[in-house]
Amino acid sequence: MVNVKVEFLGGLDVIFGKQRTHKVSVSGNGDVTVGNLIDYIVDNMIKNPRDKEVFIENDTIRPGILTLINDTDWELEGEKEYVLEDGDIVSFTSTLHGG
Amino acid sequence: MTTDNIPNEVLLELEALRRENEALKQKLSSQTELPMSLEEFRRYGRQMIVEDTRGVEGQIKLRNAKVLVIGAGGLGCPCLPYLVGAGVGQVGVVDNDVIDTSNLHRQVLHDSTKVGMLKCESAKDVLRKLNPHVQIKTYPVRLNYSNAFSIFQGYDIVLDCTDTPLTRYLVSDVAVCLGMTVVSASGLGSEGQLSILNFASVGPCYRCFYPVPPPPNAVSSCQEGGVIGPCIGLVGVMMAVETLKIILDIYTLDNFKPFLIQYSGLPNQTLRSFKMRGRQPSCKACGEEKLITRDTIEAGEVNYEAFCGARNYNVCSPEERINVQEFEDSISSNEKLSQILLDVRPHHHYKISHLPNTFNLTVKELRDMEGDMSLLQNEIPEIHNGSEVLVMCRYGNDSQLATRILKDKFNIMKVKDIRGGFFKYIDDINPSLPKY
Repeated sequence: MVNVKVEFLGGLDVIFGKQRTHKVSVSGNGDVTVGNLIDYIVDNMIKNPRDKEVFIENDTIRPGILTLINDTDWELEGEKEYVLEDGDIVSFTSTLHGG
Repeated sequence: MTTDNIPNEVLLELEALRRENEALKQKLSSQTELPMSLEEFRRYGRQMIVEDTRGVEGQIKLRNAKVLVIGAGGLGCPCLPYLVGAGVGQVGVVDNDVIDTSNLHRQVLHDSTKVGMLKCESAKDVLRKLNPHVQIKTYPVRLNYSNAFSIFQGYDIVLDCTDTPLTRYLVSDVAVCLGMTVVSASGLGSEGQLSILNFASVGPCYRCFYPVPPPPNAVSSCQEGGVIGPCIGLVGVMMAVETLKIILDIYTLDNFKPFLIQYSGLPNQTLRSFKMRGRQPSCKACGEEKLITRDTIEAGEVNYEAFCGARNYNVCSPEERINVQEFEDSISSNEKLSQILLDVRPHHHYKISHLPNTFNLTVKELRDMEGDMSLLQNEIPEIHNGSEVLVMCRYGNDSQLATRILKDKFNIMKVKDIRGGFFKYIDDINPSLPKY
């Protein structure tokens, strides 16, 4: 069981009841990874099942969404394999294109 | 020649004139040795005395810098005057768009008297007056794969103030090929993002961050999603700060770390700096195997349109659509309205202005009903499979998607899409209604 803060930025909050930050507890035997957290979000936090495709594509985060672990690009932290610790902040932000 | 018979005061005067001549000569020569005019010293004094700019040395760097700004809109407008004001020697502005009234709340170089004028020319007008020392060049063209190289060449830094993924990939790719650093930013709603790409040809490029483009239906423009003027303005101003830091060598190969700044205007203003990945060896533009080169771009082999895709709205046959005149005729012919009028714009759009006797349900709401007629009847009590339904949206795109859903999922057969939507109706039939 690990307690983390999850944020949805860049307009992604629309599929999470317009709430940008959430306190999330993910249970699991042994290590809980970011991959587990993503599964948890998809299964429990997306209100409308039709909105899943806004967040997930081909079993990973949809292109155009950046994933950050404690304000660091998840690519630098092992992506889905990163083992979560209490107090971690995981942020998902949609890429903006307007100018 | 002797001085005996020359009056003393004349000699003194001569001596004074010689001294004055010498002093003037010296003053003149010291002035030509000055790196810039006295007016420029005064003009740039306030930034030169900030120690980090390194005074005159930094100012000369600024004067020698050549910066290309792509887009004179919500980001370009607030950014440009700071670059020009700071004395960046040459500034190019690329934009083929003309000013619309709906731009003015955020595109602060333009004004109400300039509606219809080219944005790049409007910007030049203001900037020339701001600082006559700066050379400003305009390019009233749409950036594409065949003209990008000739426009970029000769500049040191490019600012991406554009508004589609397609141009963002193109700007980054061309900059990588030419070894230019990109200051890239974007904004929508009350949020903005900012990053430096291909820094000194060692930093990550746009494709390193986003190797796969987002699906077209996930991309929203300012026209569609809306934008708060000062929120995107702040991001534009931040672009100017980053550009000055690059020119003044405040960023170096040693201290530069890839980042992405995320600004949120609501609910509390926050500015976060995310630490980002470095250059990706697998990147097609800047990685080990460079598949995207000047040759492949200019030959049109890098197909940006196909790569980024486009939303397909044309899902209705011509028989399933009517024009706004036919719509007007059919609703004004009978005294009691026999058709159901459905407006599928977002509710907050509908609230700004709408036609009387219309129902308002969005495409998403219709889709979420999954063809359940009783759910639809909760919203539109009189609707049934035999109803005649006329569907409109803002421009006639979403209404086609809604028409498909009503016909295919709800089996309502007499549904017609109104071509060009509510705005076309306002243009052609009733200009007294508010457009936004």
